[in-house]
Amino acid sequence: MYDFAYHRPKSLAEAAAALKGKPEGRVMSGGMTLIPTLKQRLAKPSDVVDLNGIKELAGIKVEGNGVTIGGMTRHFDVASSADVKAAIPALAHLAGHIGDPAVRNRGTMGGSVANNDPAADYPAAVVALNATVTTNTRKIAADDFFKGLFETALEDGELVTAISFPKAEKAAYMKFPNPASRYAMVGVFVAKTAGGVRVAVTGAGPCVFRVKEMEDALAKNFSSDAIKDIKVPADGLNSDIHGSAEYRAHLVTVMARRAVDQANK
Amino acid sequence: MTAATGIGARVLRTEDRRFLTGTGRYVDDLPLARATYAYFLRSPHAHAKIKSLDTAAAKAMPGVVEIFTGKDTADAKVGGLICGWVVKDKHGQPHKAPPHPVMALDTVRYVGDTVAMIVANSHAEARDAAEAIAVDYEVLPANVDLARAFDKDVPEVHPEAPGNLVYDWEIGVKADADAAFAKAAHVTKMDIVNNRLIPNAMEPRAAAADYDKGTGNYTLWSTSQNPHVLRLILSAFVLGIPEHKLRVIAPDVGGGFGSKIFCYNEETMVTWAASRVGRPIKWTAERSESFMTDAHGRDHITHAELALDKDGKFLALKVDTIANMGAYLSTFSTAVPTYLYATLLAGQYTTPVIYANVKAALTHTAPVDAYRGAGRPEATFVIETIVSKAAAELKMDSAELRRRNFIPSTAFPYQTPVALQYDSGNYPPIIDEAIRIADYKGFESRRAEAKSRGKLRGIGFSSYIEACGLGPSRVIGQLGGGVGQWEAAQIKFNPTGNVQVMTGAHSHGQSHETTFAQIVSDKLGIPIETVEVVHGDTATTPFGMGSYGSRSLAVGGSAIMKAADKIIAKGKKIAAHLMEADVADVVFEQGTFKVAGTDKSVPLGATVFAAYVPHNYPLEELEPGMDENAFYDPSNFVYPAGTQICEVEIDPDTGVVEVVNHTAVDDFGNIINPMIVDGQVHGGIAQGVGQALLEMAVYDKETGQLVSGSFMDYTLPRADNVPSFKLANKVTPCPHNPLGVKGCGEAGAIAAPAAVMNAVHDALAPLGVKHVPMPATSLNVWQAIHGGN
Repeated sequence: MYDFAYHRPKSLAEAAAALKGKPEGRVMSGGMTLIPTLKQRLAKPSDVVDLNGIKELAGIKVEGNGVTIGGMTRHFDVASSADVKAAIPALAHLAGHIGDPAVRNRGTMGGSVANNDPAADYPAAVVALNATVTTNTRKIAADDFFKGLFETALEDGELVTAISFPKAEKAAYMKFPNPASRYAMVGVFVAKTAGGVRVAVTGAGPCVFRVKEMEDALAKNFSSDAIKDIKVPADGLNSDIHGSAEYRAHLVTVMARRAVDQANK
Repeated sequence: MTAATGIGARVLRTEDRRFLTGTGRYVDDLPLARATYAYFLRSPHAHAKIKSLDTAAAKAMPGVVEIFTGKDTADAKVGGLICGWVVKDKHGQPHKAPPHPVMALDTVRYVGDTVAMIVANSHAEARDAAEAIAVDYEVLPANVDLARAFDKDVPEVHPEAPGNLVYDWEIGVKADADAAFAKAAHVTKMDIVNNRLIPNAMEPRAAAADYDKGTGNYTLWSTSQNPHVLRLILSAFVLGIPEHKLRVIAPDVGGGFGSKIFCYNEETMVTWAASRVGRPIKWTAERSESFMTDAHGRDHITHAELALDKDGKFLALKVDTIANMGAYLSTFSTAVPTYLYATLLAGQYTTPVIYANVKAALTHTAPVDAYRGAGRPEATFVIETIVSKAAAELKMDSAELRRRNFIPSTAFPYQTPVALQYDSGNYPPIIDEAIRIADYKGFESRRAEAKSRGKLRGIGFSSYIEACGLGPSRVIGQLGGGVGQWEAAQIKFNPTGNVQVMTGAHSHGQSHETTFAQIVSDKLGIPIETVEVVHGDTATTPFGMGSYGSRSLAVGGSAIMKAADKIIAKGKKIAAHLMEADVADVVFEQGTFKVAGTDKSVPLGATVFAAYVPHNYPLEELEPGMDENAFYDPSNFVYPAGTQICEVEIDPDTGVVEVVNHTAVDDFGNIINPMIVDGQVHGGIAQGVGQALLEMAVYDKETGQLVSGSFMDYTLPRADNVPSFKLANKVTPCPHNPLGVKGCGEAGAIAAPAAVMNAVHDALAPLGVKHVPMPATSLNVWQAIHGGN
């Protein structure tokens, strides 16, 4: 690692103060992305502001018509939460398959969402469930949050404090893992909520995207047959040694169908 | 000694106590006082000229002790890294041997090539200084594509090897093969790639060196599989220091699989630099460094043809292979695709005529050398896939076609047409047992059941044989090997009766501390707790050739047996004296010397004590002490053989291949510790499944960069990639070594890829799929099914 100034604030206000005027400063949540990045010397932040001392940022609350999950809540806690399992079992299932047990004990929802890795799992859930992201300054709708490759709507110094997920009538997440990294090569989250049907795809492109044609078909008939002939274009999808763009496009339909079948169980 | 700890017993491992409690001592753990830390600056380009290299700013940085470049080592006349096996081409000429400098002087030839060594007070300071070294590279065109290595328009890696050809070698007579093909009722042809692999032992390579100014002695701690061989190479060929002034110690080593056999740049550099720096130097590879610079494995392109008569008997086999050497010739690289490969092309079969041509090529990639199986997995993959393909073409059962061509058990010793003479074997009972265990007869109903679920099942065979237990020194010499391949053992008793067994073999996962103790305990009739096996330190063990090529038991174990024979012979003389009997009347049974026909007896321990306290002792005829050594040179290789059957289930929607069953029946001769043998087979099969379905070293054709440079992109097999294996053993003892053993360390990796790929092809045949490249990743399978991108 390169040298940096380390801060461990005890409150959000302290965190904001530590970040102020430090354009090369980085926030650390679980550290499951940041620490390997630092070890490989792929980043050289001037400051690292560690959020793990801010207790009020973690926690799961049953609220309104769903659950609100604090930004520093660990994947393990989401996966094992009785409240999440009762309200949105698909979300607990997704969390339980992020990374491996060591990663799940440290990684956080806020960190994952703020980082917006194209192969992360949570962005698909946030978009498919039409969740609301709360920051220390405002609330942001799911459709407005994820902007591009590792890019979100967050301003400098803005921190994700919680994400509120509405309950779904039917929901499921199906992930086709990269055989080496086990990140999502294609991950599809399908959800039928009071607001309608949403299909969100992660892993396949530079950023999570919705498949409107599948949403329309499923709104009429929520069955895997309804989408079996719907293909997403390969254009613009990721291509690497594990999967060509055409293969990923094909997997989107396969995983979407499996997600619908799972949601209907 | 009890049945619970002797030969054949499932003795728990001595080594596990320290390995499982964090008290193993690996090179990186060594606490060396005043140590400095080395970091290597490496080329970011596949091919470039070094126009200038400025270390001034780096040398001034905090904590930096010294910086060495290729110019420093060239000026000091440090020798290059050697290739120790001279292969003669088809015209009798030695292979092209381009120089392999210990650090690049003016040209870098692969991403990861060594450019400079920074020595500093801490690892971080060394790394910081490396970033301050200004290297002006002139980037040159590079070729990382083996298929294009000999093309006219492709850049040459070394001017000493025109057209990138290292050698054009052959075995057999092509005209004989062509004549046999002319009479064939059927010819099966095949084009395959044996995919390039990156070894990834759990412990990365590491080296630490210290120089004692007072004595002029160097000490090198290295993760080497063969400390004496490394000492010989470094002292005699590279550093020009007297052999007895260099001590090499390989302490606990976390896996090698061949990658830790070779003499590498880093261990050479830390040794050389230790005397110049005046403080110990420690180096441990980072994992991404290991990916780039450990010798890679496999990487062949092969065209093969099999000629059969109307009854399916093999008439002849023709093989054309291009083998990648990488950018420099590693220590044993030239032998792997020739003498360790083509000489195995008879397989378990009576094929009377075999011709193989192998061309070795240079590319701008990491050096390629032996990796678990070293040449034999490549040979088995060629034979066993072409045989299964022929069976499919002839609509004959895969097992039946093999049976028709097995060498019968009455034919041993069997002289193959490719130099090797198999000493023993009995193949039909092995395939019978495998078929029974795998429930081959029930397969078609399992295939139908899978089909009803929309899945495709396939089953594949691999009947392998391999030559290991390297090896008869005379033969090795005739074939161009620069060293002998004997092994040494010393059995040294202490006066109180416990014993140290020093071996020239090295254990980096093979469990020798347990199995060699079992052998000595069994043979000498002494409790296993009193036996300590010592290995790895050139100062305390006799010169040995190290561990690779599944040789330690067959050759090292045999040396131990010979030393034990000498102990018993001496003990008999002492016992005869103590019992006032004629030595011809003394017998040795279960640790005790007895006079036949009487109740006189003397335990071995009493003869040991008498030898060290020789008050009642035949000093006029016999020296004191109980300390014997032996050197053993085998008269032949050993030939383990077996059959594996793999059953897969493929999801046609995703291309994912699941291994649902994997059976292995092996003939390893006599078995010393069945638990450890099973463990070796488990690991070997897992690595074979890794090659077949998951692992692939990829260099980008445009940039020459190693794309598969970390575990994010290089897929090692994990527990959920394999089922529990079903194993069994058949025994035909080796007739030419005292234990009757054959090697087992590589067999799993040798046989498995063909079994898995044959199963994949069997599963996809109903869809009309003719060929799936290895590895059969989900992408490759899906593309083969859908014929697209």
